[in-house]
Amino acid sequence: MKKPRIATVWLDGCSGCHMSLLDMDTALISLTRKIDLVYGPLVDAQDFPEDVDVTLVEGAISSADDLSKIQKIRQRTRALISLGDCAVTGNVPAMRNSIPVNKLLQQIYVEGAQDNRAVPTDRVPALLKQARPISEFVKVDYCLPGCPPPSKSIVTVITNLLEGRRPEVNVAVKFG
Amino acid sequence: MPLKRFSMRIDGELVNVTEGMTILQAAAAAGKSIPTLCHLEGLTPVGACRVCIVEVSGSDRLFPACTTPVQDGMLVITNSARLTSYRRIAVELLLIERNHVCSVCVSNNHCELQAMASSLAINNVRYAYNYPKLAADLSHPRFVLDHNRCILCTRCIRVCAQVEGAHVWDLTSRGINTRVVADMDQPWGDSRSCTNCGKCVQACPTGALAEKGLGVEDMVKRNGKVSLLVRSRGVPA
Repeated sequence: MKKPRIATVWLDGCSGCHMSLLDMDTALISLTRKIDLVYGPLVDAQDFPEDVDVTLVEGAISSADDLSKIQKIRQRTRALISLGDCAVTGNVPAMRNSIPVNKLLQQIYVEGAQDNRAVPTDRVPALLKQARPISEFVKVDYCLPGCPPPSKSIVTVITNLLEGRRPEVNVAVKFG
Repeated sequence: MPLKRFSMRIDGELVNVTEGMTILQAAAAAGKSIPTLCHLEGLTPVGACRVCIVEVSGSDRLFPACTTPVQDGMLVITNSARLTSYRRIAVELLLIERNHVCSVCVSNNHCELQAMASSLAINNVRYAYNYPKLAADLSHPRFVLDHNRCILCTRCIRVCAQVEGAHVWDLTSRGINTRVVADMDQPWGDSRSCTNCGKCVQACPTGALAEKGLGVEDMVKRNGKVSLLVRSRGVPA
């Protein structure tokens, strides 16, 4: 039987959710025997593959690149999970939302910089006006909030989906 | 004239109550818990947050338990799928209205709004986040007012006016622009009526009012002290 194809994605977040994912410790060994990890910061694949069963996305949608990625991911994924507060609420990346993008970049890369005082434009995607939750752009099948979400909850969500159940965790979910 | 005593049913259970009690008080006396957010024992209830709504037989309307007086023969339901769905809406609207960034908040893990969202199993909100531009008032030597975390429960206003007797706080503007202000909309540090007692900080359910210089998760509120103080003084709640 073909193993379920799982992907993880890191958008505008701090990678703390991926740290929590790795923090599942020995459960990671038994889990990886049951799945094919086909894409993510821990995998070499360059392009998001077709026909993915479950994708866990960390981070808010903050740039033009994030937006095109999440649209492609949605098309190619059966169950899309928003992983962590940035993906679910915007969280810390969204704290820039009341500042105009031009002013923000000027303040950080020109006024606040010591050397090379210029706004980078080469090979970096344009920022969107605001960093916003994934569910405001594409349909999300389940949200697991937390900063980061507890390891055990991540295991539960993945295991539930693999075993054909609804992804809901059996403990209280919490923002922050 | 002595107050009338009569009976009512809360979730089917017969409860003896006294005229003038609220549904919330009657439920508490019967050992039943109704979720609340703006309510704080010892302060006059205002029904601002709508989390304590209950069903009352004979009306399609939902009533806030904290401000609705009991009546003879009243039949009250405190928990149902319908109530949970409306309580969720009320809390989700609070979450999107301002910038409640739990992960970097002084009140993270000690916040009544965060705990209420958890107890209602809210794992995302169905509305678009507002992300307003709001300031924090750092002018007071000991305390901070961060409008980003304020849910306009008015506990600070009530505890200052009713318990401390200083009435520093009030609301200005309307609707989405409503804000808590010190004195005549002055920096808190310039307030001449503030006694620096800190009751508002302890009463605040979120990280909107906090002690100065604290880090994430450091602000643990002692709002039970406010209720204790009122009870000790023997002032009727």
